[in-house]
Amino acid sequence: MSSPASTPGGRKRGRNTNPPTPSSEDPTSPPSQRRRGQDSSTGDLMPMPTSPATDVLSPAAPQDTSLLSSPRPSGGHELPLDEGSPTRTLRNGAVASESNAGQRLVIWGTDVNVGTCKEKFQRFLQRFVDPTSTEDENAGLDLNEPLYMQKLEEISVVGDPVMNVNCRHVQSFDADLYRQLICYPQEVIPTFDMAVNELFFERFPDSFLEYQIQVRPYNALKTKSMRSLNPEDIDQLITISGMVIRTSQLIPEMQEAFFQCQVCAYSTRVEVDRGRIAEPAVCRHCNTTHSLALIHNRSVFSDKQMIKIQESPEDMPAGQTPHTTIVYAHNDLVDKVQPGDRVNITGIYRAVPMRVNPRQSNVKSVYKTHIDAIHFRKTDEKRLHGLDEEAEQKLFTEDRVQTLKELAAKPDVYERLSSALAPSIYEHEDIKKGILLQLFGGTRKDFSQTGRGNFRAEVNILLCGDPGTSKSQLLQYVYNLVPRGQYTSGKGSSAVGLTAYVMKDPETRQLVLQTGALVLSDNGICCIDEFDKMSDNTRSVLHEVMEQQTLSIAKAGIICQLNARTAVLAAANPVESQWNPKKTTIENIQLPHTLLSRFDLIFLMLDPQDEAYDRRLAHHLVSLYYQTEEQMEEEFLDMAVLKDYIAYARTYINPRLSEEASQALIEAYVDMRKIGSGRGMVSAYPRQLESLIRLAEAHAKVRFSEKVETIDVEEAKRLHREALKQSATDPRTGFVDISILTTGMSATARKRKEEVAQALKKLIQAKGKTPAMKYQQLLDDLRGQSETAITKELFDEALRALADEDYLTVTGKTVRLLA
Amino acid sequence: MPSTHDWINDPFGVVEGMFAASQSDPNSGWEARAVEFFKDRLKEKDAHTLVPSLNDIPMHYLKPNSLVKFRCFIQDMFDPEFYMGVYETVDPATQAKTLRCGKYKDVTECGVDFNSKNTVTAERQTFYCVPIPGENPWVKERYANSSQARVVPSTSYVPSRQKRSYEEDDDMDDMDTQPQKQREAHAGPQSPTEHHGNGDCKRQETEAPSSQTTSASHLDLNFPLPGEKGPSCLVKVYKDWDSFKLNDMLEVYGILSVSPALSALADEKDASSSLVDPTECMETAEEQRVHCPPASLVPRLHMLYAKQLQHNNPLLPSAATSEDNSAFLASTLSEMPSVREELLAYLTHVLLGDALAAEYLILHLISNVYVRRDVLPLGKFTLNMSGCPTVASYTERLYQIIQQLVPSSHYLGMSLQNMNQMRLVPKKDYVANRLVSGALQLAKNTSLYLDETQLEQGQLDTTGVRNVTALGNLISWQKVDYDFNYHQMEFPCNINVLIASEGRSLLPSDCQIHLQTQVAPSHLEEYLSTMHMLSQASSQLNKFRIYLSVARLLDYSISDEVTKSVEDDFVDMRKDDPQSISAEDLHRMLVVARLLSLSQGQTSLSRDSWLRAKHIEALRRSRMEQHKCVNGNEP
Repeated sequence: MSSPASTPGGRKRGRNTNPPTPSSEDPTSPPSQRRRGQDSSTGDLMPMPTSPATDVLSPAAPQDTSLLSSPRPSGGHELPLDEGSPTRTLRNGAVASESNAGQRLVIWGTDVNVGTCKEKFQRFLQRFVDPTSTEDENAGLDLNEPLYMQKLEEISVVGDPVMNVNCRHVQSFDADLYRQLICYPQEVIPTFDMAVNELFFERFPDSFLEYQIQVRPYNALKTKSMRSLNPEDIDQLITISGMVIRTSQLIPEMQEAFFQCQVCAYSTRVEVDRGRIAEPAVCRHCNTTHSLALIHNRSVFSDKQMIKIQESPEDMPAGQTPHTTIVYAHNDLVDKVQPGDRVNITGIYRAVPMRVNPRQSNVKSVYKTHIDAIHFRKTDEKRLHGLDEEAEQKLFTEDRVQTLKELAAKPDVYERLSSALAPSIYEHEDIKKGILLQLFGGTRKDFSQTGRGNFRAEVNILLCGDPGTSKSQLLQYVYNLVPRGQYTSGKGSSAVGLTAYVMKDPETRQLVLQTGALVLSDNGICCIDEFDKMSDNTRSVLHEVMEQQTLSIAKAGIICQLNARTAVLAAANPVESQWNPKKTTIENIQLPHTLLSRFDLIFLMLDPQDEAYDRRLAHHLVSLYYQTEEQMEEEFLDMAVLKDYIAYARTYINPRLSEEASQALIEAYVDMRKIGSGRGMVSAYPRQLESLIRLAEAHAKVRFSEKVETIDVEEAKRLHREALKQSATDPRTGFVDISILTTGMSATARKRKEEVAQALKKLIQAKGKTPAMKYQQLLDDLRGQSETAITKELFDEALRALADEDYLTVTGKTVRLLA
Repeated sequence: MPSTHDWINDPFGVVEGMFAASQSDPNSGWEARAVEFFKDRLKEKDAHTLVPSLNDIPMHYLKPNSLVKFRCFIQDMFDPEFYMGVYETVDPATQAKTLRCGKYKDVTECGVDFNSKNTVTAERQTFYCVPIPGENPWVKERYANSSQARVVPSTSYVPSRQKRSYEEDDDMDDMDTQPQKQREAHAGPQSPTEHHGNGDCKRQETEAPSSQTTSASHLDLNFPLPGEKGPSCLVKVYKDWDSFKLNDMLEVYGILSVSPALSALADEKDASSSLVDPTECMETAEEQRVHCPPASLVPRLHMLYAKQLQHNNPLLPSAATSEDNSAFLASTLSEMPSVREELLAYLTHVLLGDALAAEYLILHLISNVYVRRDVLPLGKFTLNMSGCPTVASYTERLYQIIQQLVPSSHYLGMSLQNMNQMRLVPKKDYVANRLVSGALQLAKNTSLYLDETQLEQGQLDTTGVRNVTALGNLISWQKVDYDFNYHQMEFPCNINVLIASEGRSLLPSDCQIHLQTQVAPSHLEEYLSTMHMLSQASSQLNKFRIYLSVARLLDYSISDEVTKSVEDDFVDMRKDDPQSISAEDLHRMLVVARLLSLSQGQTSLSRDSWLRAKHIEALRRSRMEQHKCVNGNEP
């Protein structure tokens, strides 16, 4: 039973006559008394969650009439129920003393007094304000007004009688009430239902609801991983996270059986009591025995569904298999989740003994456990709202935060972290720094109002270089470090595997969208090895992802756009298997420049081939083989700390550009453009400026700074220059030339091409009126004329350029002039 | 104090005695004391050999509720379960209430009072354990021989049981007269690895019917390797279950429970209850079958004490106490160089007279992932032996030799059909809620022998590509990504992969050596037929087996001086020709040097070993040069 109050049969609608003053709450004590009597016979292994709900609620109906029948409070002496929270008593001093003044009538087996509890909850609803709320549920509400009263209003307008209550709010408002909610949810939640309905109908006496308002608590602070559930949690309110792996068919569960006498057609209804129906043996009307038959389609059923959830892979210790738990969803919670969803489930943990044989009293000494779901909260659903930071919010303990902050305060934190990254890989400091910044990422900016949409915050990095320079190892390391990392190899992945594909589910015959590596690594890093070996088709998919950060899909009737805010870390080998220093990056790796320009940093991982390096490398490698684990630990940061550090920074730090930093960025950009302009080349485009900003922001994140300062810009500049120096140096001139990356050809090369074309044109014109020439002849002539060597390729290009000008055509071995 | 037989035959007597005694004193910690008691008992000299083992004694010979041991491998971990740790029963006649202990039991006694205040709910974890995959026959035999447990068939055992006719009733009813032969024939085709090796091994009287459990093929026992046999077991763990990991090798001491009530449960479910209670039928029939198989086929074992096994070599003292072990190591250390010589000679003979290949094979056989630096496993040494002759099923012969040397191994013929059809990577089956095993779910230090000579031209389908990728991952990173449908999970492993191929293998490898046979192809058949005879000298074989296992357990270090000289060497080598040696080569040379030292029984690197490592690497490389252009698999 999701919220126990949903038992059909409308009770107490117009209870607004009931005066809401605290003193009038006293009459609610009879229900608790009554419950006490019932409960003592059933014991505490209660298999059905439904029964107590009705028990508590139904007696509340005759409240008005029984107003004076309950024992009056003896007044005077105070018996504070809640010794634990003096602050609460202080705050609500007057009211509390009055309500507690009565009797200590509590529900059997608990310390819950229905009256007090109800009143406390109503006070919570009326007064709770959370000005700092950032939850998406509260979007559109006035944060300075009582939050839940606004929700009640919403209910009256929308007519959806469900009230989600954040347990954290309850806790901050009244710790004792929260404790009771956690420990005795079976008793407290119906009380809450009662309270909220009273309040609602008092406020909106004329509204009509399909059924009563149900309170659905969520986010019980006692959030547990599935692994840490233990027998002490039985019958308590818990919130666990996991992934739905299977859902059952809808199961109709009988709530009320309808019997009809075969003789006299007299009918009677029997409520289901703990999963069993007491079939009436005798017809009360005609006194015939065994004449009553069950009429199925007049009985009342409720929906029920079994859901299996499995631990999320992140919560698991290494080397173990994930645990699964059964969850039962009832009524409108049925079909709320689908297999594959990541959810937070709030519910009551149950254990039921297993009977070996219904006709035998032998019992298997094992309990079956399940969770009766009260509230589902999809964790990935929120990605649609763009509030994903919330979902990833990892709970950091105070100590942890402290250590992280201490670490952040160290002046050399940047160096420390970068050296902690993949310690087994030697040197390549700048590359590691680049990857470190990639792990942190920039600040996400939203310009959708001005029409540009989201700005990319992720840093993309390409590593290229000789085989055997541990590129794959770096990728593997990053993949292992980030929670949402994906690792694919360019050779083995298809466009479909990277993006998404539509598949027919073998069971349900439904079309389902299966997401690929890029979508799966949303908010993470997608590591693509052997980037160069990827088919062009596949690579073209990356264009959209790497700048717009979305994936558009149109297939099999499904048209959608998925978020793929992933950083790409790619590794590519040179075409000739060894890096050819005489060629440009483009020529070496043969990737389209449109794609290359989308990488913020392109690093070359080359074998430096100098003695000092060799020596350090040798030392590093040898030490790998003889140092013990502990020695290594001392030298480097623990991977777990690094992980937490990154997670913390990504979640909590959103640096903004400071004034000086903006100035510095502008200067840097102008400088970059100037360098090129002197030689007639462009060495920077706006994309480079964006890269700089991202890198500077990431660097500020590393320092846990909310502000991007000049030092961040300096480092971003340095790193960017370093990467450029490596990848965008024109091998012919030795200058940095960004156009190698943006147009695939350096400016000098382009100039040279033009010169040759002009020379050729002049040569042809000098020849006078010859409509056709021999190809070889022309090449020899040109070679003879020119001072510099002219290769055949260069000549071909020149010819092509002239052909483009419609000056000539080339057919086979002859060149014809066009008039 | 109970006598020896009491604690083995009636461990409940001990447990319940302690439980009863604890009732007067609630803080006595009887649970810990009970476990301590059994631990102490087992420490006594040879006490553990008195405990009957599920591995070599057929289940129907074992007394229910007695102490047994099981040498096993954790194949899957089920969800934790809550059980009644303490409960109260009411005698229907006298209404007298008695407190009872529910620990180490599956079923409670009659008349449980569910409403009792004294019920204590406790938690335990279930592991699905199977015998160690790929364990070679000599290991099983040896363990069985060392056991001193003499079991008498229990009185309830009737030779022509109903159970057997259940699975073989159509055609085999008359076979009761000579069941042994029949079953061997029956098991034969299932296990290709079996019928080469142990044709000669004498089968024990108690061992013969043990294949009985596996022939019950209607119940998939989920063994990682095809053709495996032996009992599988649901092990209930009562404490510290987090310290166990999937794929661990364990020796479990526990109380055997084969209560028929458990099977009754399963039957009842199918027949009647599905209509009565909708909550019951929601676990699928498959899940029921997997999680509650009949106790007669999959017994329950309630763990009292478990020991994680470092190795499963019966010739070595089990690593119960480290002092014992180091004494043993020290004694064998001195012999190692001489044993190594013998082994080298033997393997040279086996490898058709190629001493260098034999040397590398030894290094491979003692390799072991000893540490992981972030993602990089150190110490692995995957060997690609190329140039294997394809005549006279040489590669299979070679495997048989290796099978006799190492405790566990598996032969995987990389035929196209195998690659396209076999399940290598374990996959989670959500319907039955279990991890369906695959051939790469292996215990540590298992030798995986990939025979690439079986590969022919053809097309790999999706499964094939996935399998080849999985093998590649296994070799490069020593990890297997288990398929959990919605995500993958990475399980580190420690498997020695040896690839036999004609040309260079399509799989990556740490080291490739091309076999140079000294035997003319025409004489190969003849040579091979004489070769096989050698392996019968059992004492020599045992020496080899001890040698290989010990070399793996040794510690290793590099002194500062040697570090320095290694560094110098590297720098010098690079100076001469930077192309000739890369960081990767240095990695390999360091591994070779390490393994070379260990194979000599030296626990630290000496200058000589380093030079020798350099030397054999140079020899190997020069040999590679000659075969450079054999096929297109070069990088």
